[in-house]
Amino acid sequence: MKPLMPRFFAVSSDNLIEIRDVSFAYGSRAILKGINLNAPRGKVIAIMGGSGSGKTTLLRLIGGQLRPTHGEVSMDGQIIHQLGNDELYKIRRKMGMLFQFGALFTDMSVFDNVAFQMREHTDLSEEMIRDLVLMKLHAVGLRGAHDLMPHELSGGMARRVALARAVALDPQLIMYDEPFTGLDPISLGVIGNLIRRMTDALGLTSIVVTHDVHESLKIVDYVYFISNGVVEAEGTPDEIRASTLPFVHQFIHAEEDGPVPFHYPAPDYASDLGLVGVPAK
Amino acid sequence: MKAKQNPISRIGHGVIDGIWRLGVGTRFLMQVLWRSGLSWRRFQLIVREIYASGVLSLIIIVVSGLFVGMVLGLQGYQTLQTYGTEQSLGVLVALSLVRELGPVVAALLFASRAGSAITAEVGLMKTTEQLKAMEMMAVDPIARIIAPRFWGGVISMPLLAAIFSIVGVFGGYLIGVVLIGVDEGAFWSQMQAAVDVREDILNGVIKSVVFGFAITTIALFEGFDALPTAEGISRATTRTVVTSSLAILALDFVLTAFMFKGV
Repeated sequence: MKPLMPRFFAVSSDNLIEIRDVSFAYGSRAILKGINLNAPRGKVIAIMGGSGSGKTTLLRLIGGQLRPTHGEVSMDGQIIHQLGNDELYKIRRKMGMLFQFGALFTDMSVFDNVAFQMREHTDLSEEMIRDLVLMKLHAVGLRGAHDLMPHELSGGMARRVALARAVALDPQLIMYDEPFTGLDPISLGVIGNLIRRMTDALGLTSIVVTHDVHESLKIVDYVYFISNGVVEAEGTPDEIRASTLPFVHQFIHAEEDGPVPFHYPAPDYASDLGLVGVPAK
Repeated sequence: MKAKQNPISRIGHGVIDGIWRLGVGTRFLMQVLWRSGLSWRRFQLIVREIYASGVLSLIIIVVSGLFVGMVLGLQGYQTLQTYGTEQSLGVLVALSLVRELGPVVAALLFASRAGSAITAEVGLMKTTEQLKAMEMMAVDPIARIIAPRFWGGVISMPLLAAIFSIVGVFGGYLIGVVLIGVDEGAFWSQMQAAVDVREDILNGVIKSVVFGFAITTIALFEGFDALPTAEGISRATTRTVVTSSLAILALDFVLTAFMFKGV
């Protein structure tokens, strides 16, 4: 029953993202309570936890869309919440983000979606942009779909286009917010493999926020489990699978009851139904 | 909760809420103006929005303008004939349209056609995280999405009001001259003599520009501020049409009072 130790700090000192003692609260509602987490360069790390455990909040803190109430998030040594608006926008160019349902721009074609950042941030010629966009789309297997509009795509295809868009400017970091939600098994495998392949081929660092245990354990290098605003457990996929920690065990094996209870806190069942004192027959 | 049920408190809450929204809306307008540089440097962004709010509103503007002009022709003829001054029909139609009906009715139509569309589009973009995605791509959504729509609307509105008035005058001509038989020469020459460029046409243009500012600001703010749910967008769209319409009528009164006080 030995808890998994946070020894990942020692494995690599070359972390792209470092999260130090970060707390965050919406008003008086504490979401994160002192999180420590690293994303080493070239690795895929997963942040797991139940719904509402603060996983997406963590991504928004990395992206600088929220400010921590305590602690700091740094990328490449720069502390995100201390950056001015211009510097923040500059550092965001090194980040890509895949939103839960893709968040493609619905008024633009697939091609224009992928080309969007190139047109906004570079002076590349249209010919060059065309080649680059087709290469990015080819990498996700959708070169032939470049003329389609987002509403003509299936959920899995939309997410692949969003992935091509996220890597459009060759960022150093990609964050995935629930990339597996609502996908059929084939699309699920495709997205999982793409995340791994893109990370390896482009030398990226990937942070995958997910509650899909089986798909993510296949592709990630390291896992952080978040519950009640703290890192409850961490380790490599093998260590996580072998973990005997009750929370991790319940999560991995999808057990109904455990440290995360099935029942929302409620008064005693029998007394709620007015059965106290009624003799059992 | 109890405080909200008390009617007096509810009025207080409503007033504070209204003033608060007015403040946030004004700050939003300032931000849009401040970050409009990109739109003017890349003018095709504005042109696209002129197409979306202006060109696509043309049919409703032209058809309504024609009917309003024809009704003016009929009603005006009826009244003028009583005094034997039906020759002045052209003046009546043109002044009514250029001073009042053109800007006001075109603005009301613009609010329901283009304003609601802008609110729904921006609200849906927010709901589907497109605005957040853009922010994460280091592109400012206010500069890239909101400002071009703002200027597209502000430019379209006076043009639509002008087209409304022109078509309306033509409608009055169709009824008055072609159908009823008012003298064509009198119709046009009296109109030409009575309509003043500064007093009438320019003031009408100023009104329509002010309405354009008001409608697009309200539409964009409501969309940007909408709760990211289906119900949130439906409420925001309704609020756009209601608030814009009231704002148009109130502003029209204020502007008219200023412009025509000495006439």
